[in-house]
Amino acid sequence: MSASIAPDPVRRQQVAAALRAALPERVVLSDPEDTRPYECDGLAAYRQLPMVVCLPESEAQILTILGICREMKVPIVPRGAGTGLSGGALPIHDGVVISTARLNRIVRMEPASRTAVVQPGVRNLAISEAAAVHGLYYAPDPSSQIACTIGGNVAENSGGVHCLKYGLTVHNVLRVRVATIEGEIIELGSEALDAPGLDLLAVFIGSEGMLGIVTEVTVKLVPKPAAARVIMASFGDVVTGGNAVAKVIAAGIIPAGLEMMDRTSARMVEPFVKAGYDIDAAAILLCEADGTALEVEEEIAHMRSVLESAGASAIAVSQSDAERMRFWSGRKNAFPAAGRISPDYYCMDGTIPRKRLAEVLTGIELMETTYGLRCANVFHAGDGNLHPLILFDANQPGEFERAEAFGAAILALCVEVGGTITGEHGVGMEKIDSMCVQFTRAELDAFFAVKRAFDVPFLLNPNKAIPTLNRCAEFGKMKVSGGVLPFAGLPRF
Amino acid sequence: MQHIDSLRQQILDAASSGRPLRIRGGGSKDWYGGPLAGDILDTRQLSGIIDYEPTELVITARSGTPLVEIEAALAEQHQMLAFEPPHFGAGATLGGVLAAGLAGPRRASSGGVRDFVLGAVLMDGRGEVLSFGGQVMKNVAGYDVSRLLAGSMGSLGLTLQHSVKVLPRPVREATLRFAMSEIDAIAQLNLWGGQPLPISASCWVGGVLTVRLSGAGAAVDAAVRSFGGEQLEAPAANAFWASLREQTHDFFRQGGSLWRLSVPSITGALVLEGAQMIEWGGAQRWLKVPGPSSAARAGAIRASVRAAGGHATLFRRADNDDGDAPVFEPLAPAIARIHTRLKAAFDPANIFNPGRMF
Repeated sequence: MSASIAPDPVRRQQVAAALRAALPERVVLSDPEDTRPYECDGLAAYRQLPMVVCLPESEAQILTILGICREMKVPIVPRGAGTGLSGGALPIHDGVVISTARLNRIVRMEPASRTAVVQPGVRNLAISEAAAVHGLYYAPDPSSQIACTIGGNVAENSGGVHCLKYGLTVHNVLRVRVATIEGEIIELGSEALDAPGLDLLAVFIGSEGMLGIVTEVTVKLVPKPAAARVIMASFGDVVTGGNAVAKVIAAGIIPAGLEMMDRTSARMVEPFVKAGYDIDAAAILLCEADGTALEVEEEIAHMRSVLESAGASAIAVSQSDAERMRFWSGRKNAFPAAGRISPDYYCMDGTIPRKRLAEVLTGIELMETTYGLRCANVFHAGDGNLHPLILFDANQPGEFERAEAFGAAILALCVEVGGTITGEHGVGMEKIDSMCVQFTRAELDAFFAVKRAFDVPFLLNPNKAIPTLNRCAEFGKMKVSGGVLPFAGLPRF
Repeated sequence: MQHIDSLRQQILDAASSGRPLRIRGGGSKDWYGGPLAGDILDTRQLSGIIDYEPTELVITARSGTPLVEIEAALAEQHQMLAFEPPHFGAGATLGGVLAAGLAGPRRASSGGVRDFVLGAVLMDGRGEVLSFGGQVMKNVAGYDVSRLLAGSMGSLGLTLQHSVKVLPRPVREATLRFAMSEIDAIAQLNLWGGQPLPISASCWVGGVLTVRLSGAGAAVDAAVRSFGGEQLEAPAANAFWASLREQTHDFFRQGGSLWRLSVPSITGALVLEGAQMIEWGGAQRWLKVPGPSSAARAGAIRASVRAAGGHATLFRRADNDDGDAPVFEPLAPAIARIHTRLKAAFDPANIFNPGRMF
């Protein structure tokens, strides 16, 4: 947790006055009563009151705000719906938050080319809802899709439960229009399948609002499958469950969704959603097929035989769409269910090579004893993305700190087995110290250089995602390359 | 390790002398991009598959590994590089495929090279070894530099190894052929594109539309029945798609310069001098223009493609063409500035493949 600093009232007055002189009154908020709702995002443990909040209504207003901030050297934090889980939209005490909330218009729906052009504040689900009449939808479906915005999805390269088959944000966004800190509009990508020059769109997606402000996005829409069914399989132990996932893939099947829950998670969600989960199973696997009705029948039969031979102790296949939704409901409500059984929970987001699953789950089980906290595991099994939910009570002295240490230990374990500290939630403020474990100094320097290529004055979300040398030294950990400690002469504490 | 040290030494020597390096694998794509310059930095000593776990859907190999070796290893496990990369010669390497960023017939349905990139290890212009991304499907730690390297034509450094996502081969494939005008073919491809159909490749040339269906047995069989058309036998179908990927089809054998036009799929028939072929559901058009490619002629082609929302690449010059047309679409000034800064960050002495891409 970082200590909150009160914005300086004199500076606030100066910056707000400069913004108000150039923008309509309603666009600029500076009274703490108005800016308080922006003090945190989905990672509510980290809070900081912003100096000023801007709610631009057009690309031109964004350019005006960027111009004034550049002139006055004010750092900027872009914000979508504020559902992010890593503190990426955490304000800066002497900075401006640019909220895209009022840029919420679908500019064009183009069924013929299966694309939609939308403003950054359009909600993820709103795109699919608008495309439904054309038999199309936008594929990435993060669990926050009712609320989260496409601008935020671009910043985080959001995934969802269907990304093994349909890809992440980076695979489903064709073009972004961006306001640069230098006050220019650039377009990355195009409405064709590629664009000239380096693939700047690929590096922009997932850049956590540190390279530019998105003013418009062209997304790819895909035809809605005619049918979908899901298999729910129980396993007596997690190793057998993990191996079953490998066997499904080895059989040449790419399921539309492939999710696993451990017993703690199943017991946590079952009273909440009554999905009919086998709460005695050590692991539950959800395996979905989609496509034409014939294709789904063929694939479900294939999956079923693979899961049976892989040692599933029980198998149920959804017989209706309502039942399919019910099977999914537990998985999709794992986070709120955690909130129901525990005063607080801390959601982690490591990705690992799937074959190391048993080892990592065993490691996490041991850590439960070490840190004296419980942990429920939900797992995007198809792509190795693990979401351990650490349960704690912030009102008990020391529990939050123990939860944070538990989380950092899980991430270190993910890196150790060849994985990464974040699969889809982003680094933001939350995991910035863990970046020191995953990357060397030279790699972090390369990231800073990429940032400077887009943001020379270093004003866009400047304190997030990439730790400085000092920060890593304070954290006391740095990735060591080839057995040589970098900066061996530097004092460490 | 010894190879790495000697490559680093070559890079450091080049940086101090200012003599550029031309990063080269099998040389199968020497003709692609801007003029070649500098001493050859041969990647073929960096060879071999490091890790291939079929159930993880990931292969990691050194950049000089022959593409045929990668494809053979995948085929043994009934898997494939889903972007169907062209070889353009016997010596094609994985690093060359990634650097050129070129995809084959499956591009529109499966994705391009960058869509399958999971990680890369790069040696930059200071001889530093930098690792980006990794071997896992989802990874948002740090900027996605490994995808930025795809299609970067070696301009940012020497890649040492790549991790790439692979996919199972489709259970069934069928290729169908229809006599159709260009305008009807564009309309039909876009109509099909909006429906949940297992189309994995398409090509219109000379009044004939050819479509490949790939996927589960039931889906392909049902589509074959409903589409009609004339079905090609598997050997002829495979030869046809390979001739597009490798550009050995008669269309590419005509004289003249070859342009690649990347446009939104719904772009109507482009009125340009020369013969055209359409791929990728309408999103990639090939143009064969007789005669040399002067800057004026290139400008006219580019203006008309830009008006359609796309861009044009002078993919292959005609034999003996000493025209002055640039290969790649000129970049907008603000975008060009970002390129210059990225280049300076990774390659401060400007030694890697100067002028090959920008």
